[in-house]
Amino acid sequence: MSNVLVVVEQREGKLNRVSFETLRGAQQLAAEMGWTLEAAVLGANPADIAAEIAKTKVAKVYALSCAACEHYTPDAYAAALKQFIESKKPTLVLMPHTYQVRDFAPKLTTALNRTLISDAVGYRQDGNKLVFVRQMFQGKFAADVSFAGEAPYFATFQAGAFRGDQVETGSAPVEAVTLNVDASSIRNKPLEIFKEAKQAVDLTQAEVIVSVGRGIKEQKNIEIVQKLAEALGAEVAASRPICDSGWLPMDRQVGSSGQTVAPKLYLALGISGAIQHIVGMKGSRSIIAINKDAEAPIFEIADIGIVGNLFEIVPPLIEEIKKAKGA
Amino acid sequence: MKQVPQKDAPLKLNESATWIRDDVSYEVNEPDAYALEEALRQKEKHGGEVVVITAGPARAQTVLREGLAKGADRAIHLEDNGFVGLDAFNTAKAFAAAIKDEQFDLIFTGLQSDDYGYAQTGVILAQILGWPHATIIMHIDKTDAGIKVKRELEAGFFQNVDMPLPAVLTIQSGINKLRYATLIGIKQAKNKPLRKVTMDEVKSSLGDNMQKIEKLYIPQKTKKTEMLEGPPAEVAKKLVEKLKNEVRVL
Ligand SMILES: Cc1cc2nc3c(=O)[nH]c(=O)nc-3n(C[C@@H](O)[C@H](O)[C@H](O)COP(=O)(O)OP(=O)(O)OC[C@H]3O[C@@H](n4cnc5c(N)ncnc54)[C@H](O)[C@@H]3O)c2cc1C
Ligand SMILES: Cc1cc2nc3c(=O)[nH]c(=O)nc-3n(C[C@H](O)[C@H](O)[C@H](O)COP(=O)(O)OP(=O)(O)OC[C@H]3O[C@@H](n4cnc5c(N)ncnc54)[C@H](O)[C@@H]3O)c2cc1C
Repeated sequence: MSNVLVVVEQREGKLNRVSFETLRGAQQLAAEMGWTLEAAVLGANPADIAAEIAKTKVAKVYALSCAACEHYTPDAYAAALKQFIESKKPTLVLMPHTYQVRDFAPKLTTALNRTLISDAVGYRQDGNKLVFVRQMFQGKFAADVSFAGEAPYFATFQAGAFRGDQVETGSAPVEAVTLNVDASSIRNKPLEIFKEAKQAVDLTQAEVIVSVGRGIKEQKNIEIVQKLAEALGAEVAASRPICDSGWLPMDRQVGSSGQTVAPKLYLALGISGAIQHIVGMKGSRSIIAINKDAEAPIFEIADIGIVGNLFEIVPPLIEEIKKAKGA
Repeated sequence: MKQVPQKDAPLKLNESATWIRDDVSYEVNEPDAYALEEALRQKEKHGGEVVVITAGPARAQTVLREGLAKGADRAIHLEDNGFVGLDAFNTAKAFAAAIKDEQFDLIFTGLQSDDYGYAQTGVILAQILGWPHATIIMHIDKTDAGIKVKRELEAGFFQNVDMPLPAVLTIQSGINKLRYATLIGIKQAKNKPLRKVTMDEVKSSLGDNMQKIEKLYIPQKTKKTEMLEGPPAEVAKKLVEKLKNEVRVL
């Protein structure tokens, strides 16, 4: 009998809710394949989170307690999960593609001499083969990727791949498991978790946002975006490369490593629509994208799209807005 | 440093729909450029040597020349068409085999590639070498016992981590400001040492790929986007109508 194991994520004793998305995906997959589904949570005191996960439809929840896992380190997490996976021998291990999982999962799979299909957006049965769907080339293509060789197989799901709010509820038994990791084998010493100095702009409150990406080409061109924002009464935001280059301050960055916004209107200029950007703005009521590339992934989530050169479209747009406002 | 298709390059599927046609223009994977810059800055502060390495066909030498022109001291090229078809585990194994006689204190990789984006090669390499690692790094300080690094976490959080050397770090874009190669640098690069490693030299260290790309395709659109068409002035008018009547922000 094949089985799926979902390792949910906790950080400093708090459940990362993206875990419910992975659980939802795993519930669907297990049902379609006729496999059993179990879940595990690793930490110094995993009991509370295990109890929360036990309210979903899974066969069993393992509360993996490991004294050396109190503060996350890749050494402790990989060692503890390796022990557990070697003893349980799951067919497939699923995890959310979070920063923490990215940090330890490739180490874990390498230590087990196995492979990880990372950042999948879904799965499919292709004949008798299970394939995972990944975005490639920054979302311009998708690929079906399969495993070769022996189980256990490992895959991680991208944030947003499944609906966490649709996770089926249930009542599962919890089994406590103690894993012993030698504290002296842990090489990294994690220190404080912090935020940078307080942000000067709070984009989360903005009603209208004009956001600019690398399509703007040069720092001096930012000015036309500012003019458009002024005409619209909007805040200016940007994709990460614009902030990385110092063309706009970091606190204007939208995305997984920036702010998450949900304005009435998000107008994206010269932004390709990489997943790390989209997670920060997909909750916007209305998304309008101007991009010269008809294949740009931003059009996948835009309500209104214009394929064209932003340098030709923005100036008349500013004029038309001014006219409309004057009228 | 990996060579990847240029971001703006129009990509086309090959005939068997398993890959893209390779007649595109290429560039350095973006985070790898930041990784090189960070290595050069660390060298300027603490001394030492910077070595750039790539795996790929002859065309990939361009990224090494660029690295040398910016200030790297020497380069290693795992040169074979076959290297691009390796999965991340085998890519890391090939690197480990190619550098087995080197004595590095730090290995930097980009945090992920712009084309396939597995985000794994650096971490796998660390495990193969038996070294500690840290990912998505935004700052590096030398300490008495090793290094202190600043890891980026989600949603604007960071964490400092103390760690010993040698270590592997995966570098995030934006960790520093990139420099341009100078004319003198470009000239000097031509005379810097470049060691080539053939597939035969590392083959015995590789295994079978454990994952396989079955099929590449253009993703299906799930959302209906209303496209506005016409010359710029007309599109601008149409858009303002929408902003007024549908989006209601005017
Ligand atoms: C024709 C073709 C067929 C392929 N078939 C498969 C397949 O069947 N299975 C499969 O898993 N993959 C396949 N690949 C993709 C494979 O080559 C990936 O590049 C590899 O798996 C590494 O993943 P990544 O580039 O996403 O690395 P990541 O882990 O995202 O890269 C992280 C960092 O590692 C470093 N790095 C990674 N690769 C290199 C490199 N070559 N040179 C220098 N630095 C590097 C860079 O610093 C990079 O920033 C194929 C590629 C081609 C062109
Ligand atoms: C761990 C991690 C975290 C990240 N966090 C974030 C984040 O928080 N926020 C974020 O934004 N990114 C983030 N990124 C980066 C992300 O993956 C993308 O690289 C980035 O969003 C791309 O920015 P872009 O769309 O501006 O640039 P590109 O992808 O280069 O796109 C530029 C676009 O402009 C278009 N264009 C060019 N010229 C014109 C023109 N004249 N007129 C109209 N259109 C034009 C092009 O067609 C293209 O689509 C993160 C990445 C990683 C790995």
